[in-house]
Amino acid sequence: MSDELQPVSDTEPIKDPGLAEHQFRPQDVDESQAKRTERQIAWMFRIAGLLFFGFCVAYFAVDIDATFLGWSAQNFAFGMTLGGGLLLIGVGIIQWAKKLMGDHEMVEMRHPSASSEEDRVAVMKDINAGIEESGFGRRPMIRNSLLGSMALLGLPAVVLLRDLGPLPHSQRETVWKKGMRLVNDVTGTPIKPSDMQVGQLVNGQPAIVYETDADGEAVLHGTELLQVKSKASIIVVRMRPEDITASKGRENWGVDGILCFSKICTHVGCPISLWEQQTHHLLCPCHQSTFDLGDNGKVIFGPAHRPLPQLPLGVDEEGYLIAMSDFPEIIAPSYPELARDQKKLDNKS
Amino acid sequence: MSTTEQYTPIQDTGVGKKAAGPVGWLDDRLGLAGVAKKNLRKVFPEHWSFMLGEIALWSFVVLLLTGVFLTFWFQPSMTEVEYHGSYLPFNGLEMSQAYKSTLDISFDIRGGLLIRQIHHWAAALFIAAMIAHMLRVFFTGAYRKPREINWLIGVGLFSLGLVEGFAGYSLPDDLLSGTGLRFVDGLIRSIPLVGSYLEFFIFGGEFPGDEIIPRLYMAHILLIPAILLGLIGAHMLLLVYHKHTQWPGPGRTEQNVVGYPMLPVYAAKAGGFFFVVFGFTALMGALLQINPVWVYGPYNPSEVTAGSQPDWYMGFSEGLVRLMPGWESTFFNYTWSWNVFIPGVGGLTGLFVILGAWPFIEQWITGDKRDHHLLQRPRNAPVRTALGVAGMTAYGVAWAAGGNDIIATKFHMDIYTLTNIFRVGFFVFPIIAFMVTKRICIGLQRADANRILHGYETGVIERSPDGGFSERHAPLPASQQYTLTAHDRVPVLEAPAETDENGVAAPHSRKEKVRAKLQALYYRDTLDKPTTEDVQHAEEHLGEIDGHPVELGDEFQGVSETGVPRVH
Repeated sequence: MSDELQPVSDTEPIKDPGLAEHQFRPQDVDESQAKRTERQIAWMFRIAGLLFFGFCVAYFAVDIDATFLGWSAQNFAFGMTLGGGLLLIGVGIIQWAKKLMGDHEMVEMRHPSASSEEDRVAVMKDINAGIEESGFGRRPMIRNSLLGSMALLGLPAVVLLRDLGPLPHSQRETVWKKGMRLVNDVTGTPIKPSDMQVGQLVNGQPAIVYETDADGEAVLHGTELLQVKSKASIIVVRMRPEDITASKGRENWGVDGILCFSKICTHVGCPISLWEQQTHHLLCPCHQSTFDLGDNGKVIFGPAHRPLPQLPLGVDEEGYLIAMSDFPEIIAPSYPELARDQKKLDNKS
Repeated sequence: MSTTEQYTPIQDTGVGKKAAGPVGWLDDRLGLAGVAKKNLRKVFPEHWSFMLGEIALWSFVVLLLTGVFLTFWFQPSMTEVEYHGSYLPFNGLEMSQAYKSTLDISFDIRGGLLIRQIHHWAAALFIAAMIAHMLRVFFTGAYRKPREINWLIGVGLFSLGLVEGFAGYSLPDDLLSGTGLRFVDGLIRSIPLVGSYLEFFIFGGEFPGDEIIPRLYMAHILLIPAILLGLIGAHMLLLVYHKHTQWPGPGRTEQNVVGYPMLPVYAAKAGGFFFVVFGFTALMGALLQINPVWVYGPYNPSEVTAGSQPDWYMGFSEGLVRLMPGWESTFFNYTWSWNVFIPGVGGLTGLFVILGAWPFIEQWITGDKRDHHLLQRPRNAPVRTALGVAGMTAYGVAWAAGGNDIIATKFHMDIYTLTNIFRVGFFVFPIIAFMVTKRICIGLQRADANRILHGYETGVIERSPDGGFSERHAPLPASQQYTLTAHDRVPVLEAPAETDENGVAAPHSRKEKVRAKLQALYYRDTLDKPTTEDVQHAEEHLGEIDGHPVELGDEFQGVSETGVPRVH
């Protein structure tokens, strides 16, 4: 480049050669080719029709339990006939468009997206006339009171939603209380310390989950049961007592190295049960928060912040594991009032 | 009928003797001929990449059709019932009606499983096609003026599509989808100050409650599809109004659009393509199992499967949540769960805000207020392309992190190391990707300039008298030379004026300085296309090669291996 100033809008280095010459397709110049293509496309449509008919046959002929190469025979037959037919129709139409329909490129001029200046002026004038004639600007009292009432209309709209759900009641308590037995999650049987070996993990529930009333009906069922389970589920682990470093006040929360923790992750509430016997770490399968159960459920990795709450254990007169109280810490994912609720919980104990 | 005298009545034109009756009847009542006249033969340019949005459109139609079928049997209820259907392993098991009816659709309704699988595959395809379409629009600069509003509508479609997909796969109330809802519950709770209120209002009480499935159902089949439909309509209307963008090339300018008419070619191609998309998803439904809810079992808040994963399009959000350190703080007597709120709520909204804001940020930086109808090749906007790839890299890292447990177990890696790599990688890899992409773009620009100025490699090897070998170059055909140069020049940047015309310090000079800096960064290293002089100079020298070149002759048609078509 020379030192002299070059105009920025340098003329284009290459001139536009204009639209390329039209290229004829074999079908355009050779009628037999066109006929051939026509036959091909027609066969696609015919086969598609047959496949749809086949679909109906399969609907009544193929048994719902039959299998084909490991697939459900029905699903396979329906899908292959329907999908095959649809694909053939689609490919046929596109072939028709590409091979036989007129293929002359057309040129259309664009128009600016904006309206013309006259139109804009006219519209502005109309808007102004509208504002003027309505007195919207001149009569602020009507205007403001209208705007005010419209704004207040939002209130009923919001208030109407009030009954979507109850106000958040205290989330700090679970069904656990002093004396409630720990039961096996699957069988519902209570757990004796002698049932557990060192290194073992048992998924547990509070006994109330399996309790029945006088008629043999479960005390908890449906949603209520799910709500209880989503807070009160526990894991019971047995470690060598020397592997446990209980923090102050927790020294007697275990029974012979058996400790009980909430199963619900303090991150977003997944049930945790990936247990490493040797390291006594518990890993959440959802987001890999890892808790050290030998160290009071402390978080050692991952996005969780609060340690896994621990349930103080004892043994009842029949020798079964029981809770000595509710969880002293709040279960499940954090929420804005958690700090306050935790304080209340601390004051209670 | 009040036919104006000076026109030939439609039935006499011979164009459509049969159509004249109904067309006349309709037009008497609707008067649509005026609109139809302009649009029936509307021209659409052709390129494979313009088909991506069409895939999204048609998979949405497939979703509507299959979704209607599913509503005939699906029962959005969380009432617990005992199962006694054809899937024997669950005989006598307690489950929600939603889950039971999903099992019934899969095992007892003929074709139910197929339609369910088509619906799920089409949903995956819908989102995938939207993302691919969005990337196409981004990397070619198709969102520039006057199409910014359509870009915003697209961002709205994308975000609603994600929510719609999530709501949909939550409906069967199986163990996997319940785990997803449990996560959403945690996410809602993490919202500062109002989290618990929102949780109780949305779930109708404590998690899981018995309201969430019916409410999601309403959102999934009515509210969100209605908004999607409206936005799609607006998206298409604007597309028609602006006319489609086109690639530069001979005869293609900012003022015209070159392509095929809507009727019949484009209508046939697009209509045929609907059947292709439907057929393709039907084959997928036949051959590829998706979301086998009977494997997972009914939802139980005390159970989860290792390796639980959301549907793929939520993977990046899941990954962000996994990467986040466990930050939580307490002040003003409130708990603030940054560990969930920042990646969960912030990650999703952040993505949409960045996407929505980009066209306006770019416009502010470049100061380019012109209308653009010609697409840019990604290489000719190196910084934008590099930013896009950096964004894709960050998304990709987050997505991979969403499967860190799977990666760790499949490749026998330490999950904590892997997570830490992703934590660092989320910030470092995009920077590397930016630098690499920008250099690649500039390299490609140089290659283009080279092809314009020095021609293409013919594949003809010549040996000079002293034994050296060289490859003969031949000039590109004019149409290709033109295509390679049909883009804007890099503007000459000016420092912002410090003072206004009266010598007083300009009020916005600080903002203007920032803008000027960003502008310089935006255009830095971008190679300008050759000037007329360059081309003339090169033309004069193209024939000059050492030795005695053999004439290639008129018959020589080039070599296709070089990527240059033989015919020119």
